[in-house]
Amino acid sequence: MITLKDLNKRFGEIEVFKKVNLSIKEGEFISLLGPSGCGKSTLINIISGLDKADGGNVIIDNEEIHGTNVDRIMVFQNAALFPWMNVYQNVAFGLKNICKDSKEIKRKVDQVLRKVHLSKFKTHYPHELSGGMKQRVSIARSLVMDPKVLLMDEPFSALDEQTRMLLHHELQQIWMETGKTIIFVTHNIREAVKLSDRVIVMGIRPGGIIEDIKIDMHHPRKNTDPNLFSQEEKVYKVLKGEIEKVVREEMGNEYKFEKDPIPFEHSNTMGGGI
Amino acid sequence: MSIVILWEAVYRLEIWPNFMFPSPIQVFKSLWNGMIDGTYSIALLYSLKRLLTGYVIAVVAGITIGILLASNKTMDETFGTLILSFQSVPSVVWLPLALLWFKMGEPAIIFVVVIGGIWNMIISTTSGVKNVAPELIRCGSNLGYKGLHLFSKVILPASIPHIITGMRLAWAFCWRALMAAEILGTGKGLGQNLMWGRDMGNMTTVLSIMLIIAFTGLITDNLVFKKIELKIFRRWGLLNS
Repeated sequence: MITLKDLNKRFGEIEVFKKVNLSIKEGEFISLLGPSGCGKSTLINIISGLDKADGGNVIIDNEEIHGTNVDRIMVFQNAALFPWMNVYQNVAFGLKNICKDSKEIKRKVDQVLRKVHLSKFKTHYPHELSGGMKQRVSIARSLVMDPKVLLMDEPFSALDEQTRMLLHHELQQIWMETGKTIIFVTHNIREAVKLSDRVIVMGIRPGGIIEDIKIDMHHPRKNTDPNLFSQEEKVYKVLKGEIEKVVREEMGNEYKFEKDPIPFEHSNTMGGGI
Repeated sequence: MSIVILWEAVYRLEIWPNFMFPSPIQVFKSLWNGMIDGTYSIALLYSLKRLLTGYVIAVVAGITIGILLASNKTMDETFGTLILSFQSVPSVVWLPLALLWFKMGEPAIIFVVVIGGIWNMIISTTSGVKNVAPELIRCGSNLGYKGLHLFSKVILPASIPHIITGMRLAWAFCWRALMAAEILGTGKGLGQNLMWGRDMGNMTTVLSIMLIIAFTGLITDNLVFKKIELKIFRRWGLLNS
């Protein structure tokens, strides 16, 4: 059980978000969704303990968090593998810190590498792997620590569509097998709806949570499921206003997100000028 | 090869007298004889011994000081600029002081060699440690590493490419410093042989030794440092292989 209580965060003059309240049940898969700049990455960094909030607190199982801890492990956007270690060493790196029994380490690492289908690549170095494989290693490195919460900061955003779909499927499998609580940051509506139990939509200026949408569908979800589309539509409606806000800020106030349904062109007036 | 032909051609033109501008054949002969009878080879060994001693000291001390500077902001701000200015001073300039401090002889020359390489080593190490991808550090602390443990397991290995480049440059700087110091100083190294050549008006010796110096530098750089550097850069993913 994770509770965020009145979290505030500002970078200098800019207020990223204030009064963020959220509670996450154990074993839940939740997505933080929002336009860039809404502070979703900042929020997950605060939960991980890598960043500090300016106010409020994060409580996990009735204990307030202070700094990083191995019960909250993050999967970073570009995998952040250690280039001087091979796949096996990368995965074992964090484990060595909490487990001293080398046989136990080997067993756990081998097991998790099987889970992400990388057993064959144990002795490869990160520069020899594709983007998808790197992210698999990164997920394995986090899973092997057996954390209470798995934090994922746009883990698939740098991957191509095919790889991403494959990893979505694998992540769903892993989540169903392990029953971990997962907090997943993304700006991809489809990704959020497909994977999670709840989609937390975050807004911008003022930043914060604007809607908590429950996705009531059983797992694993297929890409072609028509229910998925209607859920996506629901999330999109909430998010649209926020996206418009961001674009208006950049392009000026005349910008309109949705134009008239019939395109108006002076050269196409159906003979009205005759 | 074309340089050798050009050299021979200039020699044949006889612009300068024979002893001042020897032919490549004379030089190679002298080089061969000197290597066989030991005049050059022993001098080379002496020089290499000094070089290695000075180089090892420069690298070890340089990395240590570099780490200290990188981990301490006030030290970096005070000594950092000082080191930059020291680096622009050619290390032979230290020789008079070194001769006074260490008396004439071995330690003075080694001191100059150390000075030749150490500044560069410090600067490379400092920038290596400072330029570690923040994500790797965050990842390390996320996986439960803290303080010194985090430094030795994540930050230091991550800065190795910078350190290797620094070591390669330091080798070249040390080599130059050594030659300059030997020409001015005493002992049995290549530099002294070169000076004898000059004193005797024997340009064959001078040119032979210049060739030895150039080739030693080239060979160590290409066979040792470039290979290591390439391997490390590839492993660290800094090359598009």
